[in-house]
Amino acid sequence: MDHHTYPSRLLENAVNEFASLPGIGKKSAFRLVMHLLRRDQEDVTRFGEAIIRLRREISYCSSCHNISDTPLCRICSTPSRDNTLICVVENIQDVIAIENTRQYRGLYHVLGGVISPIEGIGPADINIKSLVERVLRDRPGEVILALSSTLEGDTTNYYLYKKLCSSGVKITTLARGVSVGDELEYIDELTLGKSLLNRMPFTAE
Amino acid sequence: MYLKKLTVTNFKNYSDCSVDLSPGVNCFVGNNGVGKTNILDAIHYISLSRSFFNSIESQSVRFGEDFFIIQGVMSHGGGEESISCSYRCGKQKVLRHNGKEYERFSDHIGKYPAVMISPSDGQLITGGSEERRRFINLIISQYDSSYLNSLMAYNRALQSRNRLLKDSGGRAVIDDYLLESLDSQLVKHGTAIYSARVGLIEKMVPVFRDFYSDISMEREAVELRYRSQLNERELGELLLTSRERDSYLQYTSCGVHKDDLEFLIGEGKSVKQTGSQGQQKSYLVALKLAKYDYISNMSGRKPMLLLDDLFDKFDADRVEQLIRMLVNRKFGQIFITDTHSERLRLILDRTSSDYYLYAIDSSGVCEVVQNGISHEKKQD
Repeated sequence: MDHHTYPSRLLENAVNEFASLPGIGKKSAFRLVMHLLRRDQEDVTRFGEAIIRLRREISYCSSCHNISDTPLCRICSTPSRDNTLICVVENIQDVIAIENTRQYRGLYHVLGGVISPIEGIGPADINIKSLVERVLRDRPGEVILALSSTLEGDTTNYYLYKKLCSSGVKITTLARGVSVGDELEYIDELTLGKSLLNRMPFTAE
Repeated sequence: MYLKKLTVTNFKNYSDCSVDLSPGVNCFVGNNGVGKTNILDAIHYISLSRSFFNSIESQSVRFGEDFFIIQGVMSHGGGEESISCSYRCGKQKVLRHNGKEYERFSDHIGKYPAVMISPSDGQLITGGSEERRRFINLIISQYDSSYLNSLMAYNRALQSRNRLLKDSGGRAVIDDYLLESLDSQLVKHGTAIYSARVGLIEKMVPVFRDFYSDISMEREAVELRYRSQLNERELGELLLTSRERDSYLQYTSCGVHKDDLEFLIGEGKSVKQTGSQGQQKSYLVALKLAKYDYISNMSGRKPMLLLDDLFDKFDADRVEQLIRMLVNRKFGQIFITDTHSERLRLILDRTSSDYYLYAIDSSGVCEVVQNGISHEKKQD
């Protein structure tokens, strides 16, 4: 449908708002809007309020910048978590991914992005300053850099290393190589090559 | 391994054309514009899944049609393998091996190698340095995927660094750590690129000299030199010392993106400035044959050699010398295009025992000469 042909201004506005979301085109937006129009008014009001409250009332943990309903997030305020470990991640999805492994009991630090001068994102645009302050104040035993294996991730890793190395804290990064359960013949040459270069002593466990 | 049969449908000027091929020399002769080079380009498609001349797929489709198919039958160790490359306007190109579709084109590239020698190679001499870097990059990346990865990462880091320098507008307000972080990425990937390039040129130079002296029948010395700022100093050091200048210039003035190849002849004189047309052509042919030799070693297979418009800037003596050398040195399967049937046939009768010659006119392939014996082309 051509967007000039919407019979109502209100309809057109709503379609445009939906279409501004990632992965949604004009046609899908129109379908979603028509669906909402068919629902009860109370349902749609609840839907709208959930979004308005989300944006208005959401807050971020004052320590790790994770999304939180309280000033200090659930992870940071759990006493049983190991506060000598800080895992640095790019975003909240990464926190959820690492939590799902059930292998990590330390704390997090959410950067909210990685350094990417091409896209105009510099160190001041992400939560680096607060990480440095936190490390100097809390003196954790180890900082784990868990960023994506991309050029921007590597650049940010290096930057953080330079900022943190004078504090004397132990800095580690995620292992890179063959995925668990992978058959060698299906692995791309680049990953397999890196895994060979970074091979490790065999342990009989 | 050789290409036994080639069939094209709706490809460039051909509606339907099929040719059986010799494992030795295959020639396509005819006037300008009958589509000799298009046959070579179809073979290029079979080998590298793309055109040598044109990166826009829809322009390879015959006028008025909406798809093309190129099919090749490779004879390999007694058996046969089929390769097809098809494209429909508005759809993705599809590449198949024995009827099975490839998920990634990179799985195919390098398996059935080919090297094209064409009059457009002249750009390597006359064009800017990016032409020569592209020449090197295409050779190395065919057999080294980590090189391609380094190349992409390097370019991205370079763009980032340049953006940073530009945004700061020539003032020295740049976060030193940030610049250092980007430099560390440039050093990591740039150094890998540099050593791969050094390795390639080291292997190519002696082969190249040897080919040149065989083709040119002259005594002048030729040299091929890899010029890089990294020949003198390490990249990390270069970036550090040029930091002030770079922030003033607002771009990165040193690194492997400034690399070049120097083509020299006689006593260190530039081929571009002092070489005759014939010398330049000999230089380019020797360079491409050195590429052939490298690919042949890396893949363990003899690439198909595509010689487009061979008499361009070469006289008959030099062409004969070249074909004789290719046949004597067991170059495998060779494809040649030319406008004059007679002069090519004379040379082939003297030099090679095994050749097919196809005469092409505006209606398609009309006559076949197999090892000196002429046949009318069967209509199928």
